[in-house]
Amino acid sequence: MKVPADFGVDDTELTEVVVRSDLHSAKQPEGQIINEMLRQGYDADAAFGLKLALEEAMTNAVKHGNCNDPNKTIVVRYFVGPQRVVVMVRDEGCGFCPDVLPDPTTDDNLERPNGRGIMLMQSYMTRVCFNEAGNEVWMLKQRQEASP
Amino acid sequence: MQQPSSHLKVRRTSGISMVEFADRKILEELSIQEIGEELGELVEAEPGVRLLLNFKNVDHLSSAALGMLITLNRKIQEQNGKLKLSDINRQIFEVFKITKLNRVFDIHTTAEEALSGFGQV
Repeated sequence: MKVPADFGVDDTELTEVVVRSDLHSAKQPEGQIINEMLRQGYDADAAFGLKLALEEAMTNAVKHGNCNDPNKTIVVRYFVGPQRVVVMVRDEGCGFCPDVLPDPTTDDNLERPNGRGIMLMQSYMTRVCFNEAGNEVWMLKQRQEASP
Repeated sequence: MQQPSSHLKVRRTSGISMVEFADRKILEELSIQEIGEELGELVEAEPGVRLLLNFKNVDHLSSAALGMLITLNRKIQEQNGKLKLSDINRQIFEVFKITKLNRVFDIHTTAEEALSGFGQV
């Protein structure tokens, strides 16, 4: 899947990183992206939100997408510009359907220990969308938007 | 009395276990399972524990950390103990609010306030 048209970034502007599918390796792209955000003057709240959303996406890719198999890989493509940050995370799994996830904030689900990752990604990012298969997530963070 | 621990600083005073995290990034995904196990062992060693988790050293957490805290809270409640959280910074507290978990946990601004809620300072 190419970068969504309304994300305001061309495919050729993206930097690609491929990492081993384990939680340690999954931290590597985060450092590159956050450092570039801070270098470009994004504030601490924007960096906090991006870090949180990216960690949730990478954890989902390692655990659910690639089923904790370190022989698999995760592809990260990102762009950090003056007005927006775009990040894509793709695993080798068969994906899922994000539309059927239960709302973790209802009384019935509030004390369930899991199921909050995608909701947090959606809360902190300007836009989050998935490819049809559900194994590739695209996240957009616009600079002018205040953190939640 | 201070007990050595790889991820946690545990101090016991007046029947209350006060726990601080040893590292600012301690609630990241990489270490969360180990922290959950350490806290679980602490609770199992003292059924009915009154536990204060101080977040003053924490500047990041994930949904996995929230899950670990929910499991810990349930375990403590099952043993008629009490869990309180304190010193949560603005960014982290926002995560609790977004997930509505500020309704589940007993959150206090400072450790002193939380301790007084246990019945003593």
